[in-house]
Amino acid sequence: MYKIAAIGDRTSVYGFAALGLDTFFVTDADEAKVLLRRLENESYAVIYITEQLAEQVRDELERISALPLPAVIPIPGVYGNTGMGRNAVNESVIKAVGSDIV
Amino acid sequence: MPSTHVNPTRMELTRLKKKLVTARRGHKLLKDKRDELMRRFLELVKENKELRQKVEEGIANANRNFALAEAVSGSEAVKTALLASKQSVSVEAGSKNVMSVNIPVFDYKTRTPDQSDIFSYGYVSTSPDLDAAVRSLSDVFPDMLRLAETEKSCALMAAEIEKTRRRVNALEHVMIPDYMEKIHYISMKLDENERSTQIRLLKVKDMVIKKNYDAKHAET
Repeated sequence: MYKIAAIGDRTSVYGFAALGLDTFFVTDADEAKVLLRRLENESYAVIYITEQLAEQVRDELERISALPLPAVIPIPGVYGNTGMGRNAVNESVIKAVGSDIV
Repeated sequence: MPSTHVNPTRMELTRLKKKLVTARRGHKLLKDKRDELMRRFLELVKENKELRQKVEEGIANANRNFALAEAVSGSEAVKTALLASKQSVSVEAGSKNVMSVNIPVFDYKTRTPDQSDIFSYGYVSTSPDLDAAVRSLSDVFPDMLRLAETEKSCALMAAEIEKTRRRVNALEHVMIPDYMEKIHYISMKLDENERSTQIRLLKVKDMVIKKNYDAKHAET
C-alpha cells in the first residue's frame, strides 16, 4: 500500500489534507531536498509538488524521474502557474524524439 | 579498409556472415520496438496534455474557492477545520509492461467507503464556501492521479525510446556497415589468392612445356 504526499507552501497545499493526502509545508529548497529523499524511502507512490518549489529542486526531480516510484508531479500553487508542468512533458518528447514535435 | 585487422580465412568469413545475419535481425526487431514505443508514447503525451490542462484549471478553481472560504470564515477556522482529516487515501501501485518498459498503474482507495464523505469538520464554524472548495478539489483528484500515472509513464518511456534509438542507430550505421566491409575485404582477398594460385600454376605449366620443348630441339 502506498501513500500520496503534497508538498509546497502552506496556502497551496493545505487543502489536500481534506482529501486524505499527507501534506508537508516546505518553502526552502534545501528543506525540500531533504524531504524528497525521506519520502522516497517511505512508501509514497505519488508526490505532488508546487511548481514554484519544483523549480528550485530541478536536479533532484531529474534523479527521481529515472526511478520506477515515486512519481513526482508539479502542480500549480496559489501563486500562479509557471508552466513547468507543461514543459516537463515537452522535455520528455524532446528526449525521446530529438525535437519538439507535439 | 576495415577498422581492425581481420584474418582473411574462410572460417572467419562464415563467422562474420553469421554475425551479420544476427545483427540484421536485431536491427529489425529493435526498429519495430522503437516504432511501437513511439506510437504509444505519443498517445500518452496527447492524453497527458489534456489531463494537465484539466488539472491545472481544477486546482486554480479550488484555490479560488479556498481563498473565498478563508475570507468568509477566517483563515484560522479553515486551517483548523482541515487539520484533522478523517479521510485517507492509499494507492495500489501495479505495473504494466509496455514493450519492456514497466509503467505504473495507480489504483486508489479511500478509507471511508463513501466518496462524498470528505468533510471532516463540523459545519458550525465554517462557511459553505469551504465545502465547495473541498468538493472542487476532490472532483479534480481522480484526474490528478491519472496525470501522475501518465506523466511518470511518459518519463520512463522517453528514457527507453532514447536507449532503443541509440541501439538502432549503432546497429544501422556502425555495426552492419562494419561487418559488410569486413566480409567484402575477406572475399576479395580470397578471390585474389585464388587468382594468384591459378596464375602460378599457368606459369609453372608454361615453364615445364618450354623445358620439354627445348630438350626435344636440343637432341635434333
